Amino acid sequence: MSRMKQIYSWLDARLQLGKPLMEMGEHPIPNRTASWWYVFGSAAFTLLMLQIVTGILLALVYVPSAGEAWNSLNFLNHQLTLGWFLRAMHGWGSNFMVAVVLIHMAQVFLFGAYKYPRELTWTLGVFLLLMTLGMAFTGQVMRFDQDAYWGLGIGASILSRVPWVGGSLVHMMLGGPIIAGATLSRFFTLHVFVIPGMMLAFTFLHVWMVLKLGINEWPMPGRVVRRSTYMAEYHELTAKDGRPFVPGGVWKDAVFSAAILAAVAVCAVVFGPFGPGGQPDPTIIQTAPKPDFFFLWLYSVLSYLPPSMETPFLLIAPVLGIAALLGLPFYASEGEKSWHRRPIAILALTTIAVSWGVLTHLGTYTPWSPHMDAWSGGPAIPARYLQTASPLEREGAVVFQAKQCRNCHSIGGYGGERGPALDDIATRMTEDQLIRQVLQGGGNMPAYGKNLSPAEVTALVRFLQTLHPANEPSAADAAQAATQAGH
Amino acid sequence: MSEQGHEHPNETHPAASSEQDRLTVSRRWLLLKIGIAMNAVVGVAITIPVLKYLFSAIKPDAEYKSWVSLGPIASFPVGETRLAKFTNPVRHSWDGETDGVACWVRRVAEQEFQVFAINCAHLGCPVRWFPQSQLFMCPCHGGAYYADGSRASGPPERGLFAYDARIVGGALQIKAGQMPTLSNTAKLERPKFVQIDGAHTDEAKGDSPCRG
Ligand code: FES
Repeated sequence: MSRMKQIYSWLDARLQLGKPLMEMGEHPIPNRTASWWYVFGSAAFTLLMLQIVTGILLALVYVPSAGEAWNSLNFLNHQLTLGWFLRAMHGWGSNFMVAVVLIHMAQVFLFGAYKYPRELTWTLGVFLLLMTLGMAFTGQVMRFDQDAYWGLGIGASILSRVPWVGGSLVHMMLGGPIIAGATLSRFFTLHVFVIPGMMLAFTFLHVWMVLKLGINEWPMPGRVVRRSTYMAEYHELTAKDGRPFVPGGVWKDAVFSAAILAAVAVCAVVFGPFGPGGQPDPTIIQTAPKPDFFFLWLYSVLSYLPPSMETPFLLIAPVLGIAALLGLPFYASEGEKSWHRRPIAILALTTIAVSWGVLTHLGTYTPWSPHMDAWSGGPAIPARYLQTASPLEREGAVVFQAKQCRNCHSIGGYGGERGPALDDIATRMTEDQLIRQVLQGGGNMPAYGKNLSPAEVTALVRFLQTLHPANEPSAADAAQAATQAGH
Repeated sequence: MSEQGHEHPNETHPAASSEQDRLTVSRRWLLLKIGIAMNAVVGVAITIPVLKYLFSAIKPDAEYKSWVSLGPIASFPVGETRLAKFTNPVRHSWDGETDGVACWVRRVAEQEFQVFAINCAHLGCPVRWFPQSQLFMCPCHGGAYYADGSRASGPPERGLFAYDARIVGGALQIKAGQMPTLSNTAKLERPKFVQIDGAHTDEAKGDSPCRG
């Protein structure tokens, strides 16, 4: 034992780290803050370490070349001992990290922890969130499969909308005129050197400030933050009702971090690695590119925005969003921390969480995308729709199937969801309305006037008119009804 | 470190040596300033080439574009729209498959072609041609285009991007070389070749006017 002590004192005489670390460990934290609510920051740190370690291990094998990246990932997945596991850990680690960082941020927001004197801690945290998302996006590019390829195309298309410098930004992003070798090389540089380097520096400062300024106290209604008195109040609180950070608070961090690591490992083993998907050959166009989970919400937004709002939204919303996050602690650096007294904060957080959830959910099944092979690949139009049909109506059903109507309209429970399901269309539209809709399109439907012969239109509309439940009549023109009544 | 160490006690000394000390210190500050200035000069001198290197990918469109052959025009039947593939004129040996580019060739008449980019005018996803319904459909956000490339529905705010095309010695050539986006192809609002139906060049807003 004394031998250990000797080694320790030899080292510490040179490193001089013992005393400051001891002080850090012993600094008092408020008793109520030693809570399970405060474990997410340290868990994010643990995940960052996991990502660095697994990332380095993957880089031992991965080839950051547009021509070979995809092959080297398949080699990792299928040939190298436990290569799949390392890829799965890195992929799941990334998902967990984004999730934990978001939860951490929501908790900090909810607890008012961004207020004086922790404004800068929050600001650095916002940058750390952006960098985490940046790592997630550049990580998706590292996979260099079809989704990565077309994801880059989407990124470039968004950048191209920036006024004046759009073209130059695209060239900078791609490293040339097209998505190719230079693109992967620069994203590799971002993913492996630039962003992680900045993240480590920012993380160090972020943690440093948490330790130096002290962890946020548990918010109590009525305990108002004032710049003039806060520090004194905080020190009084930790002196009266506090405990040393080690081990009083940190044991929960340790337990939770272990649990998170275990969860990542279990997900990795059970669900395996992400991709790579199809090979990155841009001439293979039978693909429906999809972003990774944490960008699905954006995918939904891009599908629902009206064309005229899109460019302003894409260019202005991120700037406003980031400005709002950065500006928050300066706008609200004093005042109530408790969520009981901050209804607007709660409302904002709930709104964001719910819209994010809804958009992400929509992104998982993309109701706006035509089902490209619904017309040729799926079950036929159910026989019950055709049993009593006349030859002309059956002809119409053939037109319906052959002209890909089903890519956007489901019938008998199968088909795209871009347009409405047509199983009872006849109860909603009259013959004239159907003809007009087919010929001229409208809403979100293309016009088929040029693509269908008059005979095909007649047959198609006749078929559509048979689509109504047995007990419900089809819609009729008011004028038609009047004429018939007159007879 | 050690020099600084013996400066401190000096400060408590009376006038004469303090004056001496002041001069020494201000001389050292001056030297530091010179050092910083030298770094600034060298820094700028180094930064300029570094920036040039960093931004070297930014070039005028014309430098990236050149005429590429899509093969003999006989391989494109009149009245049909076919997928054509070519190798991007700007390429490197380490590009792998990514230097391949696809495009849609529509042969309107004997000598009349329209060549559309594969990239959706919305956000660049690969559009697919459906001859049966005479539509291009985009798998990403549900954009659709008519046979002549004009916008039919969905999020795109304009028609498909069209390449400049020409026929040289019986082969179809297009001016290609970079990924078409709104920043470099928007000026080609109308396809180069005369269209059969002039009414279709209007960039309809939501629903298109009657074309029945
Ligand atoms: S990329 Fe084609 S609709 Fe969005």
